[in-house]
Amino acid sequence: MGEVKLLGTWPSPYLYRVIWALKLKGIPYEYIEQDLYNKSPLLLQSNPVHKKIPVLIHGGNPIAESVIILQYIEDKWPQNPLLPSDPYEKAVARFWVKFADEKGLSISKVFRSSGEEQEKALKESLEMLEIIEEHAPGLGQKKFFGGDKIGMVDLTLGLLAHWMGVIEEVTGVKIKEAGKFPRLEAWIKNFKEDPVIKENLPELKDMLPAMKRRRETVLASK
Amino acid sequence: MADDLILLNLWSSPFGMRVRIALAEKGLDYELIEEDLSNKSPLLLKMNPVRKQIPVLIHKGRPICESLIIVQYIDEVWRHKSPLLPSDPYARAKSRFWADYVDKNIYAIGKLVWGATGEIQEAAKKELIEWFKVLEGEVGDKPYFGGDSFGIVDVALIPFYSWFYAVETCGNFSIVAECPKLVSWAKRCMERESVSKSLPDQYKMYCFLLELKTKFQAQ
Repeated sequence: MGEVKLLGTWPSPYLYRVIWALKLKGIPYEYIEQDLYNKSPLLLQSNPVHKKIPVLIHGGNPIAESVIILQYIEDKWPQNPLLPSDPYEKAVARFWVKFADEKGLSISKVFRSSGEEQEKALKESLEMLEIIEEHAPGLGQKKFFGGDKIGMVDLTLGLLAHWMGVIEEVTGVKIKEAGKFPRLEAWIKNFKEDPVIKENLPELKDMLPAMKRRRETVLASK
Repeated sequence: MADDLILLNLWSSPFGMRVRIALAEKGLDYELIEEDLSNKSPLLLKMNPVRKQIPVLIHKGRPICESLIIVQYIDEVWRHKSPLLPSDPYARAKSRFWADYVDKNIYAIGKLVWGATGEIQEAAKKELIEWFKVLEGEVGDKPYFGGDSFGIVDVALIPFYSWFYAVETCGNFSIVAECPKLVSWAKRCMERESVSKSLPDQYKMYCFLLELKTKFQAQ
């Protein structure tokens, strides 16, 4: 079937979405760490349009954009499905994947900015959490957004489960007040306790200094 | 209704046009409800409480939102006719990539070309031409983005054709001069009845967008 290579930068949550999908489906892959300040020929060749990570290369064929990679993995390896088989349920899941992917950018923006720009991103992040808490189907009733098993919506929201806390610590900004989002918090607990996820989370003690440095670099370049 | 389909739409919305094209490609009957976005109907707010936007497809009473998600849904439920996505996973990934590229960049930038003025407009115009050239490179001499078959990338992009006159007039440039292959592709799409019947006349769109522009500038 061809070997699988994964280009990424540690500890990107977008990279981890793909790692989790591959692990959940039991697909072996070779991980190749990238330097985004000195982009490799392989990265530029595999993602000439966006020049970003993650990129999955399967049998020489490159696929870019994390959500598109997740859909490719789902199409190619149907075991342990990440999407429902019913077209309507699938469409609902895709809606929330898109919502999570787009709105999650606000949380990334809180990390990458300061002052007024950060305040705006914070407000947007809060709106996102409120909408998920109120409207996301299954939240509070089922273990995961995907039901009893982890699905694509859960993977796309992984940012909330593990990265948000680190972002809050690095920026000194509180995004999610404890106790205000009980259903979301229950989901975060379930997500992080899943055996595959638990074994494939970047270590917090390593993330903190790495993300501190990243934030300094990003702010300095503005 | 035979197929039990309702589409909440706005005639001028390129995203609504995508859905109409997909429904027409599949030969489906549906009830078209024109929404007034300044006075959103209870039905719209009930069916899309998160985004409160059109288009929304309601099939057997259940809503599907987000134009490209709706198109994929239509393609999956009525897969026996005019498939809009290839069956090979890698080809599907490529289609999704380009549809996503169009979704993230083209309409937002296009809006600034007809809607903004001065430096913002100039910068938007440059970016739009750049991205059009990338798309032109991708379609090349193929009949459609996916090759011989009309597909989701074409559906995602072709509604922008209804903005051509507005964008060219406001931005003061010629799309055919900058991207002739893209214009050939657009005209080829327009030969399909599903497309020509779903897109409004370019001049009617231009007048409508000018009105919008004046309204925004007045605020």
